[in-house]
Amino acid sequence: MLRFVLRRCILVLPSLFGLLLVTFLLIRVVPSDPAMALAGDAATPEQIERLRQQYGLDRPIWEQFAVYVGKVATLDLGESAFSRRPVAVDIAQRLPATLALTFCALAISVFVGVPLGVIAGLTHNAWPDYLLRVFSVLGIAVAAFWFAIMLQLLFSMELGWLPLRGELSPTMQRPPRVTGFMVVDALIAGRFDVFTDALRHLVLPAVTLSLGGLATIVRFTRAGVLDTLQQDFVFYERAMGYRRRRLVWIYVLRNSVTATVTQIGLLFGGLIAGGVVVEAIFDWPGIGSYTVQAILTGDRQVMLAVTLLVGTVYAVVNILIDLVHGLLDPRLMERA
Amino acid sequence: MMPVLSVRGLKVSIRTDEGMAEILDDVGLELERGRILGVVGESGCGKSTLIRAIMGILPRGATIDRGEVWFEGENLLAFSEAELNDQVRSSRIGFIPQDPLLALNPVFKVGTQMLEVMRWHAPDAKDPTGPRGGARRKAHVARLVGLLRRMQVPDPETALERYPHQFSGGQRQRLLIAAALACAPGLVIADEPTTALDVTTQHQILLLLRELVAEFGISLMFVTHDFGVVAELCDDLCVIYAGQTVEKGPVQAILEAPSHPYTRALLACHPDRATTFLGIPGSVPSPLARPPGCLFAPRCTDARTLCLAGRPPQGLAPSGAEVRCVQFA
Repeated sequence: MLRFVLRRCILVLPSLFGLLLVTFLLIRVVPSDPAMALAGDAATPEQIERLRQQYGLDRPIWEQFAVYVGKVATLDLGESAFSRRPVAVDIAQRLPATLALTFCALAISVFVGVPLGVIAGLTHNAWPDYLLRVFSVLGIAVAAFWFAIMLQLLFSMELGWLPLRGELSPTMQRPPRVTGFMVVDALIAGRFDVFTDALRHLVLPAVTLSLGGLATIVRFTRAGVLDTLQQDFVFYERAMGYRRRRLVWIYVLRNSVTATVTQIGLLFGGLIAGGVVVEAIFDWPGIGSYTVQAILTGDRQVMLAVTLLVGTVYAVVNILIDLVHGLLDPRLMERA
Repeated sequence: MMPVLSVRGLKVSIRTDEGMAEILDDVGLELERGRILGVVGESGCGKSTLIRAIMGILPRGATIDRGEVWFEGENLLAFSEAELNDQVRSSRIGFIPQDPLLALNPVFKVGTQMLEVMRWHAPDAKDPTGPRGGARRKAHVARLVGLLRRMQVPDPETALERYPHQFSGGQRQRLLIAAALACAPGLVIADEPTTALDVTTQHQILLLLRELVAEFGISLMFVTHDFGVVAELCDDLCVIYAGQTVEKGPVQAILEAPSHPYTRALLACHPDRATTFLGIPGSVPSPLARPPGCLFAPRCTDARTLCLAGRPPQGLAPSGAEVRCVQFA
């Protein structure tokens, strides 16, 4: 098992290297002079030339890449041209907000999506199944930015139940930063008013972000359940008098979620990409809005670092997914 | 003496896209206490549907149009799903499935699956004075280990902690026989339990079943398509063709003097007896369009005009078997 994890981790490194190379080259294709962007509008040609030398931008591109990779290996992600702070510091500052949002969205997708998928599978070709099928097509088809605005209009503007944007109400005092997670820090500070406020701010962005994944999980769980129900062992278990609820939610479900678990790994890509849009709409101070800012200002170091971060998260999540597969199905563990 | 299981005039149809399929038309059988009844028929004759109807697990769209299933003095067809689960399945009727690999849940330990059944259906489940919680579970484990040892499963103590794919086919079938007996039922229904096994293993399993019937005081309904197995194992026989019981009686009598043309044809093409590989010409009529008259008439070498007039009644053959053929009406 340990060997399995180690081997997977080593296999990830070439992928990340490739990702970095492609991103590095792509950013160079963009017709903007990084030295010019760094120097600002009022800079003289001499100043620009000096910056170019200072950052090694006058060197051949392969040399620049080699230097960058060497720095990344020591966790030096460079400096943001916009904030003038190390990118690693900026990311550490903003990552908890994004993780909290992603985690909540994923939790909604899984804990709502799996039961709905099971219900759809059990009621195959009856009205709950039809209803859920319409819902899951809509969930995948509807654009996140449109859905977000509809939620804002209804729950914030019209009903006033939930805050419109941000991580915390302006009237609230931020709790001292311990973990960086607003909800956790509020609890550590013993501020339950801040805790509820932070939680209320999470609802709309998390629901928006969860929609696509939720629909996907409903579909895959439904398909998995339908497939499992055809298996001989389900008939055998019924003939042996298994309790219906336990049969469905334990013995059938565990056989049905293999494809769903794989999808959860793939969904992470969608969650991170969707996070960029959702964070921008809800003014959420995470990696997504940081990325949008970096793209708008041509902040190359940030773009590279964020791409690498997303790639790493994606790879780590998929290693975890493989482990979950092994736990769900003992036959896979033996083959590995 | 009243039979343990008695099926009378059972008719089951299933709604399909092409219309109503009459899977079972008129099935009747009796299983006497302590005996082994073989139910024989070709694939598609309705054997599986018969088992499903007795256990109350018919597929969606299936209806029981007529008939009765009497088990220990009660009509099972009057039972609700919850009553069948609470009072019949596992606790009074054990089940041995056809394919031992496909019947076990691949992602749960063998012990987990067997204990799940015992948790709800073991005899102590309805005994308020019996042990509870951990002690009860321990008693169940002990009983299972004892049963597995009796079934000659190697390492019975650790077997419960293993997964189904870690056993061979024959061992898995022994596990399933142990599971069927775990809650001490009076009747065991076996659905071609030896079909998926090689001949040597098949023979061992049959010997084991034969011993268990006497040892555990059960009655066994053994469904198969193989006359060789019937001859080796069973006391009584019920031959089904196209959803109808065509001949039933003691095995010895029927094997010595098969009366129904279908039974004769089936026996004649059994590999042990056959002189050619011709089989029975033609095929079982589609359940969507059963012909009028005798269902076997289109394939019968003795067919005459009378056979096409209407369904032949049951008659008594000289061998003592009940036969559905105009020759004995």
